[in-house]
Amino acid sequence: MTLLEVQNLSVAFHTADGIVTAVRNVSFDVAAGDTLGIVGESGSGKSVTCLTMLGLTRGAEVSGSVLFEGRELLSLRGEELRRVRGAEIAMVFQDPLSSLHPLYRIGWQMCEAMRAHQRISRSKARRRAIELLGLVGIPQPARCVDDYPHQLSGGMRQRAMIALALSLQPKLLVADEPTTALDVTVQAQILELLTRVQDEFDMALILISHDLGVVAGMADRVAVMYAGRIVETADRFALFAAPAHPYTKGLLQALPNRSLYGRERLRPIPGQPPSLIGLPSGCPFAPRCPVAFERCSTDEPQLVVVGEEAQRHVAACWQLSPDVTDLPVG
Amino acid sequence: MTIGATLPPEVADLDGGEPARGAAAVAGRSPWRLAWERLRHDRVAIASSVTIMLIALLAICAPLIAHLVGHGPNQQYPTLGLTPDGLPRPPSGTFLFGTDDLGRDLLVRVAYGAQISLLVGVVSTAIAVVLGVLVGLTAGYVGGPVDALLCRFVDVVLSFPVLLLAIALVSIVGPGLIITIVIIAFFSWASIARIVRGQTLSLREREFVEAARSLGASSARIMVRDILPNVAAQVIVYATLLIPSAIAFEATLSFLGLGVVPPTSEWGGMLAESVGYYQVAWWFITFPGVALLITTLAFNLLGDAVRDALDPRAHSLFRNK
Amino acid sequence: MSDEPVPPGAGTGTAEPRASSPTSTALLELGDIVRWFPVRAGSVEPGGRRQVRAVDGVSLEINPGETLGLVGESGCGKSTLARCAARLQELTSGTVRFSGDDISRLSAHRLRPYRRKIQMVFQDPIGSLNPRRRVGSIIAEPLIIHRIGDRSERRDRVRHLMEIVGLNPEHFNRFPGEFSGGQRQRIGIARALAVEPQLIICDEPVSALDVSIQAQIVNLLRDLQAQLSLTYLFIAHDISVVEHMSDRIAVMYLGKIVELGTTEQVMTRGRHPYSLALLSALPIADPEVEAKRRRVILRGDAPSPVDPPSGCRFRTRCPVVQERCAEEEPVLHACPGDPADHLVACHFPLGDDESLTSDGRVPK
Repeated sequence: MTLLEVQNLSVAFHTADGIVTAVRNVSFDVAAGDTLGIVGESGSGKSVTCLTMLGLTRGAEVSGSVLFEGRELLSLRGEELRRVRGAEIAMVFQDPLSSLHPLYRIGWQMCEAMRAHQRISRSKARRRAIELLGLVGIPQPARCVDDYPHQLSGGMRQRAMIALALSLQPKLLVADEPTTALDVTVQAQILELLTRVQDEFDMALILISHDLGVVAGMADRVAVMYAGRIVETADRFALFAAPAHPYTKGLLQALPNRSLYGRERLRPIPGQPPSLIGLPSGCPFAPRCPVAFERCSTDEPQLVVVGEEAQRHVAACWQLSPDVTDLPVG
Repeated sequence: MTIGATLPPEVADLDGGEPARGAAAVAGRSPWRLAWERLRHDRVAIASSVTIMLIALLAICAPLIAHLVGHGPNQQYPTLGLTPDGLPRPPSGTFLFGTDDLGRDLLVRVAYGAQISLLVGVVSTAIAVVLGVLVGLTAGYVGGPVDALLCRFVDVVLSFPVLLLAIALVSIVGPGLIITIVIIAFFSWASIARIVRGQTLSLREREFVEAARSLGASSARIMVRDILPNVAAQVIVYATLLIPSAIAFEATLSFLGLGVVPPTSEWGGMLAESVGYYQVAWWFITFPGVALLITTLAFNLLGDAVRDALDPRAHSLFRNK
Repeated sequence: MSDEPVPPGAGTGTAEPRASSPTSTALLELGDIVRWFPVRAGSVEPGGRRQVRAVDGVSLEINPGETLGLVGESGCGKSTLARCAARLQELTSGTVRFSGDDISRLSAHRLRPYRRKIQMVFQDPIGSLNPRRRVGSIIAEPLIIHRIGDRSERRDRVRHLMEIVGLNPEHFNRFPGEFSGGQRQRIGIARALAVEPQLIICDEPVSALDVSIQAQIVNLLRDLQAQLSLTYLFIAHDISVVEHMSDRIAVMYLGKIVELGTTEQVMTRGRHPYSLALLSALPIADPEVEAKRRRVILRGDAPSPVDPPSGCRFRTRCPVVQERCAEEEPVLHACPGDPADHLVACHFPLGDDESLTSDGRVPK
């Protein structure tokens, strides 16, 4: 059963320097209880996509559709949108120090979130908060509920952030780079927590990360974004074993941790990601692509199916189109 | 150490270091240039700059104006300039701004007054800036006992009751242009020093300063070449806003009779003289007052525009990454 | 317990045995470096005489031409150690020797010539370059400070440096803000190379970059090392990047080295539980591997460097902790049967036939 369906979402910002097309024609879906990993580097638009879903981008020009349980989220305003946020879809951000209110106690923030959405007494909300803090592995939750965010370590803060997100038992949790700011051993703890919590609450999870390793371990399906577009979507085994898009291939080759030990020379992707202002025509990856040919600079490829239809592995590359007759250059 | 081999292509930066396609229109300019562009397109900045230039023009051309109308700034015209009752004459063909209580041409006096105001405003600010930057940079970068000493000194200067001390100083030394400039500069440098010190303290911890130290740069070199350019923006803004308060302060001193010596025409002094006549001679109080108001307003607006140009708070439409 | 903490090496602690490489040929020798910072009074906790023990007794040697990787998580003191080695900070105690010369206590003036030989590349490509100076001026700065060449010679050298790091030399008049993150890091590297240093200390040079750009910079650093006979101290929190760059690896935890050895020894035959936990925590971009592996999840958070645990500092999170660990601080030593250059600071290091899990050691 499809919980979330995003179709042709586009987000553009008007800035003093020009129009920034942060997201272009992004489509994906998430089934109940599934995990979708969205992978991309800086400027890929992965964060903007999810923020836009929840209406958290101000002043942006948005088009397309986001259906959550059949309801169009993009047309919701005010009270209706508020009711979805937190209770149905919750979000966990990268830096808990800046996303938790520094001047209010953690318990207070959690109680407020709960009381904003349900009729629940203060004492009951507090008990629930302590319960959740314990669930996320915070030692001495009864003490922690009265702490301020700055009194906790990075890992603990992120756990508290997750507890806050869970307080209303949302159906979908969006985690935007939840472990990027954390040490790798703490990251392991948090990822394990997310998996456990997802199982217990039967939640769907959208995990946004630039780290392919994190996504390889957590996601059922993976979408790769580049310059605001999804360039490849597949289930995780297919994506890593047989990537179809040159960017995905390049990214995997550039990783130092592809294997646990190997001192071979890394193979980076030359050049750098394009600016999102005034994107030229054609495939945005063409300047860096080792197999680009003429058509790549003029026409932008659409997502086509790779392999069997049932696998739902799609990629946007002219190399994959059946009618390609030009030979690659270089 | 021979350096000759070329790098394999995938390591070399594609496009040889060109900014990413599409960004060429955005990049290519220094931070100062970008600020200038923003300022150029700011209507308020243009309006206030034009106003200031006109006033400066007025000041520079004061002798010319005097020559054109044929009246000197200190020439009294008891019959032509005063009514039979001895009151100032209203604006007319002969006296475009009317006359003051001694029958002097108000237009010419206002023009000459602009000279004093601008001169005092700019010069005292310049002195204050130089002094304040020197002290602030040194205190902030060197730290330790030097910083402690300079800070105490700054605190003392900032705690002086300004007007009282000004009165006291002038009564000792006697009024005049130089003492006015000195007083204003003396009371302005301390706040600049504080701002510069604060900026220096935070810049000192930045990695590029650490990098400069790792290269072996001396403290003096780091202060001048690394820290100063980065505090310059704030200093410019503050200085632009300091000028109008210097002008206003100078007018206040003159109003109290502590500034420039009469009969030198000066807006504050003219306001003092006009107070007794405001019921019968509206022009006497209005023209110098409006001139003062427009000048300080123009500088204040320009200062705001400069601040916006140098440090735009871009609207955070979406968080970083 | 005395009121005031005393730095080790002041006569009370046991000296750490040195690694066995001959000291006379090492380029950089760090001898029992200690760097403590006083906790400022008036902060959230009551201050007083407490110290942040950022580096608490580290001895390392780096030989000419090699890359020593230093890996650890936040708060382990690796950045502080880097700055002590580069003499950007004063040492609380210990020695730094460069090519045999003791530079531990030299004044700024006497240190100047060594600033030509030891250079640093910093983590933050945005922060390590002065945003208001042109790139050519930034790269030429070390040449001006050390009075190398005249104006035209410097200009030529700057262009040359920009070329060898892969930048377009025509852009020397641009400002750092006009370059991308990877390009800025190249500028930082060019600046470090300007005075032909022998040792470059890289403090997390690729952590702030995108993955595809990281690989470019890592390759660049390796190529430059080969061409210019450089020696690197390479610091990072990402062990997979460190592994690609380094000949030897040192693992640091809470101010001390817990394991030291060649890259192969540490990565494939790690003995210290922390090293193994670090390796285990690393996400691998291969779902088959990820699905099968069982991660070692450490308990809790790293303790504060102000009040490190008694005995072994890692004991509060260690899956194989025992009583002895709280009483006696382990010292770096080679396990029986191991080569002399593979050192571990652990009372119960893991053997070749054992693996580590979240709950303890198990036979392989």
